[in-house]
Amino acid sequence: MKFRQLLTATTATFSLLLSLSTLAADTIKVGVLHSLSGTMAISETTLKDTVLMMVEEQNKKGGLLGKKLEAVVVDPASNWPLFAEKTRELITKEKVDVIFGCWTSVSRKSVLPVIEELNGLLFYPVQYEGEESSKNVFYTGAAPNQQAIPAVDYFANEMGVERWVLAGTDYVYPRTTNKILEAYLRANGVAKEDIMISYTPFGHSDWQGIVADIKKFGSTGKKTGVVSTINGDANVPFYKELGNQGISAEDIPVVAFSVGEEELSGLDTKPLVGHLAAWNYFQSVESDENTAFISKWKKFIKDSKRVTNDPMEATYIGFNMWAQAVEKAGTTDVDSVEQAMIGITTPNLTGGIAVMNANHHLSKPVLIGEIQADGQIETVWETFGTVIGDAWSDFLPSSKSLIADWTAPVSCGNFNTETAKCSGQNF
Amino acid sequence: MVSAGEVTHGEVRELSQRLPSAKLRTLPPIVEQLEQCGEAALPLLQAMLKGDLWVRRSDKLIVIAERGKGAEFTLVDAVSGVQLPSVTKKKIKKIVINNRLRVQLRDMIARVTLASEDPVIRESAVRNMLNKMSADNVALLAKARLTENDRQVLAVIDLSLAVYALNHSTDRSLRLNALDVIDGSLEPVVANALSAVLAADSSGVDLEKDADVRLKAQQAFSKIQRRIDFYELLEQIFYGLSLGSVLLLIATGLAITFGVMGVINMAHGELIMIGAYCAYMVQLLMPNSIEYSILLAIPCAFVVSGSVGILIQRCVIRHLHGRPLETLLATFGISLILQQAVRSIFSPLNRQVISPSWLSGSLEINPIFSLTYNRLYILVFALIVFSVLQLVLKRTSLGLHVRAVSQNRGMAKAIGIRTERVDALTFGLGSGIAGIAGVALSQLTNVGPNLGQAYIIDSFMVVVFGGVGNLWGTLVGGFSLGIANKFLEPTTGAVLANIIVLVGIILFIQKRPSGLFPQKGRAAE
Repeated sequence: MKFRQLLTATTATFSLLLSLSTLAADTIKVGVLHSLSGTMAISETTLKDTVLMMVEEQNKKGGLLGKKLEAVVVDPASNWPLFAEKTRELITKEKVDVIFGCWTSVSRKSVLPVIEELNGLLFYPVQYEGEESSKNVFYTGAAPNQQAIPAVDYFANEMGVERWVLAGTDYVYPRTTNKILEAYLRANGVAKEDIMISYTPFGHSDWQGIVADIKKFGSTGKKTGVVSTINGDANVPFYKELGNQGISAEDIPVVAFSVGEEELSGLDTKPLVGHLAAWNYFQSVESDENTAFISKWKKFIKDSKRVTNDPMEATYIGFNMWAQAVEKAGTTDVDSVEQAMIGITTPNLTGGIAVMNANHHLSKPVLIGEIQADGQIETVWETFGTVIGDAWSDFLPSSKSLIADWTAPVSCGNFNTETAKCSGQNF
Repeated sequence: MVSAGEVTHGEVRELSQRLPSAKLRTLPPIVEQLEQCGEAALPLLQAMLKGDLWVRRSDKLIVIAERGKGAEFTLVDAVSGVQLPSVTKKKIKKIVINNRLRVQLRDMIARVTLASEDPVIRESAVRNMLNKMSADNVALLAKARLTENDRQVLAVIDLSLAVYALNHSTDRSLRLNALDVIDGSLEPVVANALSAVLAADSSGVDLEKDADVRLKAQQAFSKIQRRIDFYELLEQIFYGLSLGSVLLLIATGLAITFGVMGVINMAHGELIMIGAYCAYMVQLLMPNSIEYSILLAIPCAFVVSGSVGILIQRCVIRHLHGRPLETLLATFGISLILQQAVRSIFSPLNRQVISPSWLSGSLEINPIFSLTYNRLYILVFALIVFSVLQLVLKRTSLGLHVRAVSQNRGMAKAIGIRTERVDALTFGLGSGIAGIAGVALSQLTNVGPNLGQAYIIDSFMVVVFGGVGNLWGTLVGGFSLGIANKFLEPTTGAVLANIIVLVGIILFIQKRPSGLFPQKGRAAE
C-alpha cells in the first residue's frame, strides 16, 4: 500500500518535471540583468522595461524559431559582486539563452569572468571607456571614438575652444576616457597648462569651489570648454551651480557624455540651455523608426511624459540584432549566434543602419546636441554616415597596436598587430 | 505714402520668413541682415536669443510664443507685436539656435541697444563688448561716449576703451593714460590685459619695450593681484561656511536623537529624504506659487518627518532601549525599507524641485567675488534653525524635560516626568529637523531615493567630531569641517580632500574620544 503510494507520487513528480522541462524547451529565455534597487536603479529600471517591451513585441510577431520568448528578470541591486552571482544564476539555474544587462563599467567587469567561464552571451547597452572586447559580450553603446573624440573635435573646430577642463567622477570610465582625451588633445598641440583635470567623488553635491575654479580657468581670454564625464546624479548640483554663478553656455560650454533626456527630466533645465551632450541618439531626432519607437514606449510604460534615451536605443538595436542572428543561425546556441551576429545590420532609430562589426562593436552615427528649455536635446552637429566603434583606443600607447577581431583567422579580442600575437587574456 | 518705419518692418517680415527653412549653418547671414534693420528687428532678435521664437505651422508666420496657463502658448507677431490667439504646442514649431548664434545675437543686441534710453540696458550692452573689444566696437563706443551722460555707463565705456588702447595702441601717452583708468579694476579682462603687457617671450626677454609702461603696469598688476588674493580668501571662507551650514543642518537633528538621546539612528538620512520629498509634494500641490511653496514646505516637512520619526520610535526603537547594536541594525533596516518605499511610490527617478527665482543667481559684490543666493540663504537658515532649537531646549518645559531625561532617566521618572512621552517627542523633534534639512537640500542637490545615504556619514561625522550630546559642538564641528574641506580642495582635489578630512577626524577621535566639546560632570555617564 505504502509502496504504491510512493510509486504514484514518484511518477507524478517525474511527469511534472518532464512537463516542466518540455515547457521550458518551448520558450527561449531572455535574461535581464539590470539593477532595480540601489543607486543605479534610476538609470537601469528604464532599460529593464525596454527589454520587456521588446520581448512582448517579438512575441506578438510570433516569437523566434517558432518558440515564445520569456523574460527572466533579476535584481543585482547596484551591488557589483552581486552582478556576477546573478549572472551565474541566470545561466546555470535559469538556463537563459542571452542576457541584456549592466550599466556601470564596474558591473560589466564583474560579470566578465563568469560569462566567459560559462560561455554565456551578454549585450551591454551603455557608452563606455573601451579597452575591452570579449567573445561573449556585444557592446551596443558607444566606444570613446564614437562619443568623446568627436565631441572634442566639435569643441575645437566649431566652437574654437582652446582651453579644456576635463571634469569627471572618480571611477574607471571617466579616468580612462580622460586619459584618452588628454593624449588626444596633447597630440593635437594643446599645451599642458591649457588642460585642467578634476575628479570628484560619486554623488558630489558641493560644486562651489570647483565651479569657481573653472570660472577662473576660463577667464584668461581664451575660449574655454568643459568636457564632462560626471556621472548621473552629481550633474544636477553641478549645472545648478554653473547657473547660479552666472556661467552661461556661451561663456563656457559644457559637453556631457552621461547626461541624456532621462537625467534631464529630473531637473529644471532653464539654466542648462545651450550646454551640450554627445550621444548616438536623441529623442528629438526625426525619423519614422524613432516616431514609432517613442509611441510604442509611451504606450508600453503608460506614461505620455516618459522620455527615451541613448542606452534605450542601444538596447533596441542589440535586441533586434540578436533576434536576427538567432533566426540566421537557426539556434540559440551561443557560439553559433556569436558568429551569426557579426555583419548583422538593422535600422537604428536615427534613420541610418547599424552594423555589428567583427570587434563586437557597432557602427553608429555621432550626434552633438544642445539642451533645450523643455529638457529635449536638439542636434546641432552630426557625423557624415556612421563611425565604427574602436575597441582599443589609438591614442593610448598601451593599446595603440591592439585590435579586436572575432572572425577567423584572428579570432581574438586583443590581437597585437605588431607582434601578430593574441595575448590570450580575454578581458 | 509709406513711412520709413513700415519699410523696415516689411524688410524684417521678409527676412524673418526665411528663418524656418534655414539650417543652423545658413542662419547667421540672415540674422546679420536682420541687424541692419535696427530697432525694428530687436524684439525678434531678443526672442530668438531667449529661445521664444516659433513659427506657426498653419501660415508660416514667425511668432514670439510664451507658455501661458496649461498647455496653451500665447502668441505675439514677432514683427508687428500684435497679439494673436493662443494655440497648443502642436500648432507651432520652434526655431532652434545654437551657441554660435547665441553669441552672435548677444553681440548684435548689444550693438543695437547701445543707443537705448535705459542706462541699465546701455551698461549691459557695453559690458558685453568689454570682453571682446575690436576696432569696430571701439568706434561704436567712442561714438556712444560723446552722447553718454550716465556716470556708471561712462566708466565702463572708458574702461573698455582703456583695455583696448593698452594692448593695441602705439601711442605711449594714451597707454599710460589707459593704465591710470584701469587702475584697481577687478574685471578679469583687465588682469588679462596687464599680464599680456608684462609677458615675456620664451627666452625670458620682456615683450614690452617701454620701461615706463612696464613699471606702471607692474604696479597696477600687483595691486590688482593683492585684491584678487584677498577676495579669493573671502570666497574660500564663504564656501567653507556654506558647506559647514549644510553639515550643521543635517547634523542638528542627529545631535538630538544620537547626541542627546543616545539612539544610533541609521534612518536619519531617510528622514532628510522624506523632508526633501515634502518640498516636492508641496510644490506639486501649488503649481502656481512656486516662489512661496518652499516656505510652506518647511513646516510640512517638519511635521511629516517628525511623525515618521515618532512612529519609528514608538514601534521599534522603544523596544530596543539600551541595546545599541540592535538599534543600529533595526534602524538600518528601516532606512532600506523607507528607500524602497519611496522608489515604489515615486519611481526610482529623481524628482524635480524648481528653485524659486529668489533662490537662484548670485549677489555680485564685484566682478570676481559673488555669493550665490541659495547658499547664502541656507547659511542664514541653518543658523536660525540652530538658534530656535537652542531656545526650545533651554527655555521651554519640553526642553527642560528632555535635558532631565537625558541626564538621569531614573531620577526624572521619579519626579514625575513621563519619560516615554518625552522620548517620543525628542525623537520627533530631531526627525523633524532632519526633514527641514531635507527641504534645504532640495535646493542644492537631487531629490531621489538615495538622497539620505549621501549625507548619513557626514552627519555622524559632525556629531561625533563636535562631541556627542553637545549642540554647540555640532555647530563648531560642522563649520570647521566645512572650512577645512574647502581649504584643502584647491590643492588636493575634491576626492583627496574628503579622505584627508576623514583621516584627520579618525586621528582626532583616537586622541580625544569624546570629541571637541566633551560633556563634563555627571551628564557624561
